[in-house]
Amino acid sequence: MDFLIFKAPMLMVQASLDGILLGILFALIAYGMALQWGVMNIINIAQGDLVILGGYIAYTIYLWGIHPAWGVIISPILMFFVGWGLYKLVINKVVDRDLFISILATFGIAIVFQQLMNFIFGADVVVAQSEYGTTMLFDNSVTLPNSKIFSAFISVLYAIALVIYMKKSKLGRAIRATAQNARAAKILGVDTEKVYAATFGINAALCGIAGALISITLTLHPYVGLPYTVRSFMIVIVAGLGNLPAVAVSGMGLGLFEEFADYILGTEFRIGAVFLLLVLILVYRRFKLSKKREYLK
Amino acid sequence: MDKVKQKDLILYSGLIILGLAAPYLFSAFKVQLTYLCVLIVLAMTWNLQGGEMGYNTFGNILFYGLGMYLTASVQVGMFFPLAEWTESGGEKTFVHTTAQYFQGIGVGLLVSAIVPAVIAGAIGYAILGLRGHYFAICTLGLGIAAGEIAGGIEIIGAGQGFTTPPFPAEIVDTEARGKFFYFLSFALLVGTFIFVKYIYGSRFRLILNAIRDNEDKAEAMGIQTMKYKIVGWMCSAFFCGLAGGIMGGLIGYIDSTDVAFDGREMGVFMVLMAILGGKGTLWGPVIGATLFHFFKEGLWTLILGWQYVALGVLIVVIVVYFPEGLMGWLREKYPERFGEVIDEKDRKAQVELK
Repeated sequence: MDFLIFKAPMLMVQASLDGILLGILFALIAYGMALQWGVMNIINIAQGDLVILGGYIAYTIYLWGIHPAWGVIISPILMFFVGWGLYKLVINKVVDRDLFISILATFGIAIVFQQLMNFIFGADVVVAQSEYGTTMLFDNSVTLPNSKIFSAFISVLYAIALVIYMKKSKLGRAIRATAQNARAAKILGVDTEKVYAATFGINAALCGIAGALISITLTLHPYVGLPYTVRSFMIVIVAGLGNLPAVAVSGMGLGLFEEFADYILGTEFRIGAVFLLLVLILVYRRFKLSKKREYLK
Repeated sequence: MDKVKQKDLILYSGLIILGLAAPYLFSAFKVQLTYLCVLIVLAMTWNLQGGEMGYNTFGNILFYGLGMYLTASVQVGMFFPLAEWTESGGEKTFVHTTAQYFQGIGVGLLVSAIVPAVIAGAIGYAILGLRGHYFAICTLGLGIAAGEIAGGIEIIGAGQGFTTPPFPAEIVDTEARGKFFYFLSFALLVGTFIFVKYIYGSRFRLILNAIRDNEDKAEAMGIQTMKYKIVGWMCSAFFCGLAGGIMGGLIGYIDSTDVAFDGREMGVFMVLMAILGGKGTLWGPVIGATLFHFFKEGLWTLILGWQYVALGVLIVVIVVYFPEGLMGWLREKYPERFGEVIDEKDRKAQVELK
């Protein structure tokens, strides 16, 4: 095979490191999706657009002259209220309904978000400069932007904080109780409506963090939200709901896959490869499950 | 002949006469009418899938885009080298004669009907085993992946796009192009309607409904659900491919993500139209598509720039507040008109219970 990546082993190291750092970011988005999927049984197609919106918040404060890294604190706070508002406006009407209704409704929200972002921030590809410099490894043959390391570090930090919060706090316990059995939680005095709103808000806040990190590591564009939705969906179905280590591992796996696909197939097929992988994973899952069903017969 | 049949006959012949006269009556709107026919076809075939079988797909756009590319490729490839055609882009180094043009589009449409149906059959076994939202997301991925991949393939124009053969210049009548595509799409619409109506009166529909209502039970009753699901999907793919082929010729230019595999527009429209009119009814998609088209054409230009916001809000409103659609609402209101007999005793009992 005459692919460049197999000729130069250093490129492999480069792709692997890039992939893992990127994958941690994906895992953060996927964790948000797993949370609201598990608690509210809703698949949020607008997940990726929430991410991009969070990124644009960080980009805006960058335009105001504040360092974009502060976005990882400001953007989740704002996004929490966006998520809360979105829940009160639309999502609370589709929680108990058919899953397809929630898919379609969030699809509509995604279109609205995309277009509004297009109006407000323009259709150009933008990036917030963090000016963190780069780290050179292995005799300058592997370059690693410090912003990527920073983003992976922040993602891990927030993920750990969230896990502790879910374990220890009252709201965290209420969320976990609602996820297990909403009716029983209601009987025992949990205000499930509030829990749902908080869950959606937390999910949006996670998207905000991820978006702020994406604004300094990758690029932002109003219409690139859907691939992030699909990536997080993919990670969640591979890892399962509520299994954080598995989410982290499969996120990194996806990051690796993407970087290698980028080198081997070419950048123009990168998004196509992600969507094809989704189809393949679903099909694989279907055959695995059907085997299980046959066994039960 | 009994009264109901006579009524139907008047209705259908009236509609056909209207359809045939439409390009002469509203000759300025021929392109819009062609769009309408194609939209109705897409909504009806989506309804077969999402409304009758309960498999809500976002992936019928795959067959639509495939049909579009196939028709154009065959039409060019039959007479000229395809790679050189797409490379030269808009500049016409090759010109189809009249006979070549019509031969090409005829064979192209045939191919664009059969190939998507075959592909639907081939991937059906893997994809249709998925249930519920997994199926919806998988088909969504399939449609977008197809668009992204088509945008990377050189021979069909890649990101640059594919210019379909222009209508032969030898035909002097300037109206001819619009009429040709209108009657083509109208014929497709009539064909699709007859086919769907036939399905509605057959056992096949009952099987599809059984799959929708409870697939496991249907299987337990001895129905080979997978076989019927695949056949149902193949029917959808057949007509979607044809619709795509006609649309490609009409638009004259194929772009991978904005025209052919246009999940953001067409792919959502077909779902929306079917839901607006009422899933699982014969006339629902037809009415839904017509209403949607009028709404779209009437308002699109007024709210220039905001049309996607309006579209998104429309989706949310319809889905959240109006999921049964127009036909569902009418059915709730006038059940007698739909041939549903309400037991008076039962109704009284219900009232007493309340």
